Formats: sequence, C-alpha cells, structure tokens
Amino acid sequence: MSSINKNAKQVLAPVISNKRVGIYHQIIVNIGDLAQKCKPGNFVAIKVGGENSALVLRRAFAISRVSTSSATGGTMELIVAPHGQGSTWLCNRVEGDLIDIVVPLGTAFGVPTEPVPVLLVGGGYGSAPLFGLAEVLNTRGSRVDMILGASTAANIYAPMEGKRAVNTMRIYTEDGSAGQTGRVTDNLYEQIKDLNIAVVYSCGPMAMLSAITTITTALDVVHQCSVEESMACGIGVCMTCVLPVEGEDGSVSMLRSCIDGPVMDGAKVSWNQVGKQL
Amino acid sequence: MSALDFSTTIGNAWFPAPTFTASGCASSGRELAQFFPLREMGGVVTKSVMSRVRPGRPTPRMAETPSGMLNSIGLQGPGIDAFLTQDIPYLIEQKARVIVSIAGETVEEYSTLARKLRSVSGISAVEVNISCPNVENRGLVFACDPDASRRVIDGVRRTLGGELPIIAKLSPDVTDLVSIAKGVVDAGADGLALINTVLGMVINVNTMRPQLGGKTGGLSGPAIRPIAVRAVYQVHAALPKTPILGMGGIASGKDALEMILAGASGVSIGTASFGNPTAIMSIQSELKQMLVDRGFKSLKDAVGYAHREEVDSNG
Repeated sequence: MSSINKNAKQVLAPVISNKRVGIYHQIIVNIGDLAQKCKPGNFVAIKVGGENSALVLRRAFAISRVSTSSATGGTMELIVAPHGQGSTWLCNRVEGDLIDIVVPLGTAFGVPTEPVPVLLVGGGYGSAPLFGLAEVLNTRGSRVDMILGASTAANIYAPMEGKRAVNTMRIYTEDGSAGQTGRVTDNLYEQIKDLNIAVVYSCGPMAMLSAITTITTALDVVHQCSVEESMACGIGVCMTCVLPVEGEDGSVSMLRSCIDGPVMDGAKVSWNQVGKQL
Repeated sequence: MSALDFSTTIGNAWFPAPTFTASGCASSGRELAQFFPLREMGGVVTKSVMSRVRPGRPTPRMAETPSGMLNSIGLQGPGIDAFLTQDIPYLIEQKARVIVSIAGETVEEYSTLARKLRSVSGISAVEVNISCPNVENRGLVFACDPDASRRVIDGVRRTLGGELPIIAKLSPDVTDLVSIAKGVVDAGADGLALINTVLGMVINVNTMRPQLGGKTGGLSGPAIRPIAVRAVYQVHAALPKTPILGMGGIASGKDALEMILAGASGVSIGTASFGNPTAIMSIQSELKQMLVDRGFKSLKDAVGYAHREEVDSNG
C-alpha cells in the first residue's frame, strides 16, 4: 500500500471564524476527525476562487494549530496574509462558507523523544506553524525559546495566547520598528550555545533557512526547517516544488517539498544549488 | 445507465472507461491512489521515462496563468530501469491498466526504451512522447519535424514488434499537424495523443526576467482547450480510423464530451488533477451521464459525432 499522502482526505469544510490579526487573517476551519491526523508542520491545499474561477491551482498553507477539543469538533487554524488573488479570496471567506480542502499533507516536525532545549525561528508569517509546534514541545517537557523576524513590525505574527508555551521570545525587524534592529540570524550562533540548544526548528523565507543552516552546521545542531517552494498540486503529482536534497549515498536529487517536505533536514538541503540546473 | 458501453480500444488494447491520466500528471500513481482506486479509471499514462536518471530543469518550474499554468519540469525521472522495478509493479498490483510513456533525445534512445518494454508484462500500450516542449534544444522536439517523427515511430515499431499498441504524442506547435499525424500513423503508430502543452512564457514584472527557471514552459489547463479540440477535430477528419487520446484542459464531463465529439476515443486529464485530486473520477461519472442523457448506447457511437453530415431539417 502507498504511504504517500496516507492520511490525506479531500473534504468540503466549513469556515468557523475569520478574524483580522494585524495584517494577517486568523481563519478557523472545522475539519472534524482529520484534526487528529494533523501534526505540526503539515499543510493544507485549498481550492480558491470559487466555481468559475480562472485560478486552476490549489494554494498550500501551513496549518498553524489544530484543536481536537473545541465545541464544534476538530478544527485547524490558518494564518493568511492577503497577498495574491488566491490568499485574498481565502481571506474574504466568512463563517459558514464551505471550502474544498485536502488535508493533512506533507511531513511534520520531528519531536525529540527526550525533553531537550529547543529554539524555534520564524520569519514573517512563517512563525504561524511554530506556535502549534511550541505547544506540543512544551507539553512534552522541552524548554522552548523563540526568535521571530520580519522586515517591519506589522509583518511579525506573535499572538498573545501563542506565547504561553514559549520561555523567551526575541523579535528582530530590519527597520527597527519592533524588537532589535537586524535579522534572526544576527546572534543565532551565541544563542544556540548559551541556551544549550539541541534542535532548531524554523519556518520562513528560503534565504533565512539557508543562513540558519550555515550556523547550525557549524555548531553541529539539528535543524528542521519548513521550506517554501511554490506548489501547483500539493500532493506530489506535478513535480514543480522540487529542491536539491542530498540522499544517503551523498548524491543530490530533486525532491518534492510537498511530499518529502515541507519539513526537511536543513543540513541535507543543497542550498547553493536551489534554482540551479543539477 | 447500465446499458451504456463505456469501454474504448486503442489498437488491440481494451479499456473499461475512456478516462486516463495525462503523461507527467500522475507521477508514479501512488500519490493519487490515496484519493481513489487507480483501477477505477480507464488507465494510467505514466510520466515520460528516459533511459537514465534525469534531474529536470531548475526552479521555479511553475507559473499560474489565466485558466491555466506553465510548467517547465524537463522530464525529471528515475530512468527506465528504476521505473520498471519500482513503479510498474506497483501499478500492476493496483490492477491499474498502464500506458507507459517514453521520451528520448535520439531516435536510438526511443528504440532502446522500447526494447526494455518488450518483455514487461501487464502493460497495455506505449505512448511515444515526441513532443515535450521542455528540452534545451527546440530542434530536439521530434514532433515539429515530420521526418524525425516518422523515424522515431518507425524505430519503436520495429523494436516492439506487432504486439503493444503505439500511441504517438504530438505537439500543437506546428503548421500542419495533419501531415505529421499521417506520417506517424504510416510509420506504425496505432493511436495518437493530442495535444502536448503549448510553448509559452511568463515574464515577472518585478524581476523583469522570465518567471521560469527554464525560461519557457508548456501551457496547460482550460486556456488551451479550444486548441486541443481543434487539433483533435482536424486529425480525426483526416484519419477517422485512428484512435485519438484527446487532452488539453479537460476539467469536467462536458469538456470530455466535447473532445469525444471532436473525434477522441479517450481523454486524458492532467492539470485538472493538480487542482482537484479526484477530478478524473468526477469527469468520468459526468461524462457517462451526459452520454446517457443524449441517448448514446456506447461511447464509440459518440466518437467524432460532431463530424456527422448536416441533415436539412426542412427535409
């Protein structure tokens, strides 16, 4: 039997709420029992644009958190910025609207078997899935520290309730409008050493993930990153979202970020070959 | 509804339904198997396989366009040997009917691939993809050259012998599609797959460079459907006995019926599966219902029905 997409189902799911949180929308969707199958790092592929839309491709969104205990049954939370046509359509959904989703998809963040100090690094709305992960890690007894960065304060996503599972949170903005001026990687080397970090988890732009890998590799610390490549299908059939990744035999091949990712071992991604001809 | 004969044939290959994946749009088959049993559609047309491992083109490989998308995958694949040991057994185990698609850089490579397929059991037909637009050298698109097209099909036919049906996949990016179609049929093709993607380009106005890593890409999706319907109609008019697998933006039962009325004996679904993993299943049931609603007893009666002579209603 095939293990690819093994928990994924295509369902019409009702939107429970859609709230603006700064420049982002927090959208809660009722996904029933599928919530139990969703792990931090998984994503959802959503049909956008409605019945007669000229948008033919699904949009992939990281699941920021799931709840299996809400009054309506299982739910998932998405943090979406209305950037393009598809995300804007999604941000315009209201309570009761049905959306066509395929969930859960992709790999999940690996959680350590023993509680160890971990550092979560998010760029822009890439922080969204890290809050769900923080809750899981915290419940398992790990000490969770977090670093968030963005170009400017408005792009930082850091909900109040999300901070409960986090020991410390540092914020960096490139324009200095919030937290320290600079980037998440500026003091990363020192922080990993000072906090005795065993695993770095990250989600954000590819350049950030690449820069983090340089530091984690130097310190020989595990780096699990959630990559961002544009996808056409989200289920592994189109071959567009590929990344150069080193296999066990040391050879580099193009792996799909929807099936072999989005969570990948940062040390295995051949960052300097991204976008190049192999 | 039970009275409808929904089956179709291509050469000596029989399929219980006229619905197929489009080459390159179902990966290994395992990815879609989570969403419906693969044996419930007419057949799987596999991703075009080459002799050796091929990394494909650099990213970005995709750009969404109005009612369509450009792709520039560049035939990424595991090579024929890994394909035959890993992917084919899985598809056969799923009881899927399999059309293996092959692609080569030379006439000889196609023949070599055909030789490897000769001894593989469980395959229904071979699609010879001579029209992938995502190659470095446009001169390598055999389907743009009538002589090269004929030579490839002739070589595959000779190597395969008379057993497996050959389906030649052609490009719409030619001046005279009918003459190329006639050439490959003369050379031994039992059927035709029409159409491959249409060569296109998107320029990113922020970077002010081509959006795709490979610069050009193949346009697919509903945007190209009228081109596909026209191609199938023209070729069916010229070669009414040659079965055609029609494809290009089919996203509903209505789209599939349009292609069949134009002259297709079967349809392949590609881009629609990207937007909807169960697209093939819904297209199949919608098509069945539409045939019944129009009084057809068999799919074969509807093939090319748009070509029938006009009857003067004033009698």
